[in-house]
Amino acid sequence: MTALPTLTVKNAKKPARVTGHGKLAAVYLAPGMLGFLIFIVVPLVASLVISLFDWPLFGAAKFVGLDNYVRMLSGDPVFWTVLGNTLFFAVCYTVLNLVLALALSTWLHNLGSWGPFFRVLFFIPVVTPMVANALVWRLMLTDDGVVNSFLANFGIHGPSWLSNSQLAMGSLIAMSVWQGIGYNIIVLGAGLNGISPNLLEAARIDGAGAWQRFFRVVLPMLSPSLFFCTVMTIIGSFKVFTQPYLLTLGGPGESTNTIVLYLYRNGFSFDKLGYASALAWALFVIVMLITALQFSQQKRLVNYDN
Amino acid sequence: MTTETMAKGTLNTGVQKRQPLARRRKKRPGTYISRAAIILAGLIFFFPFLWMVATSLKPTSEVFSTGSNFLASRVEWSNYVTAWTAIPFAQVIFNSFLVSIAGAALTTVVSLLSAYAFARLQFKHRDKLFLVFLGTLVLPQEVLVIPLYIMMNKLDLVNSIPALIVPFAFGAFGAFLIRQFLLSLPVEFEEAARIDGAGSIRILWSVILPLVRAPLAVVAVFSFIDYWSSFLWPLIVINDVSRATIPLGLSMFSGERGTDWGPLMAAATTAVIPSLLVVILLQRQLVKGVSMGGFGGR
Repeated sequence: MTALPTLTVKNAKKPARVTGHGKLAAVYLAPGMLGFLIFIVVPLVASLVISLFDWPLFGAAKFVGLDNYVRMLSGDPVFWTVLGNTLFFAVCYTVLNLVLALALSTWLHNLGSWGPFFRVLFFIPVVTPMVANALVWRLMLTDDGVVNSFLANFGIHGPSWLSNSQLAMGSLIAMSVWQGIGYNIIVLGAGLNGISPNLLEAARIDGAGAWQRFFRVVLPMLSPSLFFCTVMTIIGSFKVFTQPYLLTLGGPGESTNTIVLYLYRNGFSFDKLGYASALAWALFVIVMLITALQFSQQKRLVNYDN
Repeated sequence: MTTETMAKGTLNTGVQKRQPLARRRKKRPGTYISRAAIILAGLIFFFPFLWMVATSLKPTSEVFSTGSNFLASRVEWSNYVTAWTAIPFAQVIFNSFLVSIAGAALTTVVSLLSAYAFARLQFKHRDKLFLVFLGTLVLPQEVLVIPLYIMMNKLDLVNSIPALIVPFAFGAFGAFLIRQFLLSLPVEFEEAARIDGAGSIRILWSVILPLVRAPLAVVAVFSFIDYWSSFLWPLIVINDVSRATIPLGLSMFSGERGTDWGPLMAAATTAVIPSLLVVILLQRQLVKGVSMGGFGGR
């Protein structure tokens, strides 16, 4: 059961009986907390401050108050496109990833000794550099790439996967699911391993069929792992950058442009660090709201009594 | 500790009881279909890597003309030579190893110290501080890149190796993982050492360190992989190819003179090999790390 990731903070037990830990703790915590302060807290606050300025990389920053936010919300149609694209990506990616990961991990779990091998196989794209993965997908999906050559064998004239605005986002989603699914397969696999076979045996004896056992026993028992996967997958999906940057450059048009890609462009191509920071805060607020919403529903959705 | 062993106990008896059932099931023809299907699924899933290697061995003229043929008319090893010389690839690989090893080492040491303090020492506001620290697990690091870039610019560290390493060594994942593990260990070991007169540094070094080797390895491996694969930050802070890491090097490759797919795939194959080795050698630790809550990633 210790293997189940629950995202709850287990409070430390009474520590070893020694008093006067303050100084010692300060020494041990100094590197971690200084780094946390300098490289996480300060940049987070700074990003909010910068978003109130017209801030070019070279030259003077000018205070503009909430102008960047006003422009983002009412004067920049690209923002809404980019937000819509990111939301569309997040929904499709998360649903596909979780449904497939649930199906695959259940299948692998019942596959006996072959399961662990294939679990690791599905994990490989997670740890190989995404840039390498994205580049080979671009090669495979070009108009005369291997996917279309394969389709041609069946007399199908393959479409332009990456330069057709209808298909480009779908291609990105497919590549991303391929890249990320192994992670959830392993987390859910660990969750499945934690379910006592006695429980399933008891359900079987009580006359529950395979589907009934899955929905009435496996799924509730798996809910802590599923909750963890959902939270992490949604957060990950909002950060999508490498795939559109390397496969489609955000195009055609703006059809695959995403928040982080747009943030990157504003900051480092258009020299608008202030506006980019406003975008960063939009991303931050959205992710925090969604995560908070999920945690507020945690008690209702997740079954923690084993 | 006790509940854990008990849970393990019941789990074991369960498995034993179930064994004959599992054996019986093996003989059903459905199992063979299932196995054939999983092999097919695995092959399809692994195909991009196979295609990466296959393309890396094709002459440029045959990258597209051979269609879905796996092999070209001849094996073109020279793509690897081209990849190696077109950009200072040896330097880029060296940078990647330097950044990933130094980054993993820094992350691991810092995480261990914090984890020990949060798990074993008592001080004011400890649990509150830890909760705030833990909150950064769900903070997208992409939010921080603009101020971090400005910071590096002010410090004159743009285009430097330290800029690739230092800003991302202070996430909460490592400390969280090691702390969880420490909490499951009895404090008696340390108590005994303390009674024997060992100082606190001594205890950390010769009592705690050997006990937490497993989670330390998990943290080290995951942060190595994170540094090895990281793309957005190097893209932002490095613009000189001689300071690039592999993902950045690969992306520069395709930009400069059209896309020369053979050499590019040779370079990509080279970039994937260390990760593959890590997976093959350390699969157990990786699986354990992920299932213990491996929410690293950036």
